[in-house]
Amino acid sequence: MSKVVIIDYGAGNIQSVQFALERLGVQAKLTHNTEDILSADKVIFPGVGHATPALKSLQEKGLDKLIPILKQPVLGICLGMQLMCSFLEENNQNGLDIFSTTVKKFSEEEKVPHIGWNDIKFKDGELFRGIEENPYVYFVHSYYAELGVETIATTGYGQQFSAALQKNNFYGCQFHPEKSGVIGEQILKNFLTITQ
Amino acid sequence: MLTKRIIPCLDIKDGRTVKGIKFKNLIDAGDPVELASYYSAQGADELVFLDISATAEKRKTFASLVNEIAQKINIPFTVGGGITSVEEARRLLLAGADKVSINSAAVRNPALITELSKAFGSQCVVVAIDAKQIEGEWIVHLVGGKEPTSLRLFDWAKQVVKLGAGEILFTSMNNDGTKQGFANEALQKLSTRVNVPIIASGGAGSIQHFADTFLLGGADAALAASVFHFNEITLPNLKQKLQSQAIAIRL
Repeated sequence: MSKVVIIDYGAGNIQSVQFALERLGVQAKLTHNTEDILSADKVIFPGVGHATPALKSLQEKGLDKLIPILKQPVLGICLGMQLMCSFLEENNQNGLDIFSTTVKKFSEEEKVPHIGWNDIKFKDGELFRGIEENPYVYFVHSYYAELGVETIATTGYGQQFSAALQKNNFYGCQFHPEKSGVIGEQILKNFLTITQ
Repeated sequence: MLTKRIIPCLDIKDGRTVKGIKFKNLIDAGDPVELASYYSAQGADELVFLDISATAEKRKTFASLVNEIAQKINIPFTVGGGITSVEEARRLLLAGADKVSINSAAVRNPALITELSKAFGSQCVVVAIDAKQIEGEWIVHLVGGKEPTSLRLFDWAKQVVKLGAGEILFTSMNNDGTKQGFANEALQKLSTRVNVPIIASGGAGSIQHFADTFLLGGADAALAASVFHFNEITLPNLKQKLQSQAIAIRL
């Protein structure tokens, strides 16, 4: 049985992710312990809320150094994904620099936050295996990751941006798979069965 | 394309859904968890649970109910009813709610909006506004529309957004319970005044009312209770009909 951990660093509603995994029959451990994280088969890095306190909490726990060197599949969700990017416009600060993308604030042309179900266009790959084209997934965020070489799914709100990113063993979803109905469950299931 | 959201609202009293909800397929329609799962399977985009329990003691049971709901359903949900502090909100968010909704507490203590938004992010903070049109002016009301305030809807809406609200749930007291349609004119005006998503509430009686609130009212989401609970409108039929009117809908 593979070991799944959810990184617990005080950033919001992480129980939802744990519950979503439970519905898939997976007991995931909430932890910020280095040994636990290093020895896991899969690591989920969630987060909602503000980037600045989240980054501070990662630094205090040494997770900002640990996460980028992980070798097993890692899935960042929402703020988790954004923190994995190189630069964040919120307070102009550096992220964990796993993805080379910049995270920007939505323009005032659109209603912010971007809340609700939006369709995504994805590149074929492990994360979206078995999912029909242009699925609807649930977003809630005020900042977005620009398009880049690591973009594996896009969506549009005002402009096109990254709905999902991937670089080697690192994956990120701007949307919330744990809140995206059966499609989201399939995406989580796909992540859990990625083999390397 | 971002789709318009359809949101069934469940009133919870002492851990049970109220209003004579009737569904053939449900063993226990008074069980919020079972009803939530049903609506989620039917295609609801989100759910709202309002705790209308009278006592603080009973409210405590709401947090454990929220936890149970979060375990079972795989779509987002908002909880509200009697939240007056960051601590109460935290308890519900940690129990698994995605957003909290505040109403009277925001009017009595506007700083709460900022505190919540700082603590959890504005995407978690829904400010519910009940307003009634009196001699042409939309006046904000408290206690489920019983108590008028000196606040005007559009000014108050602007203020709550400035303070950190991520979404506004606007209920028109003139329309609520009438089944004559949503207050689309006021909704349209709200949309042009503030830059956060607006949830329309109060007045749903037919499928066309939902279409109108999206097309004429510019609402981002529509909330209703009795038309769903009494099975007068089913979610799959509603969503199909809306899509056939070229409204962006998740099917």
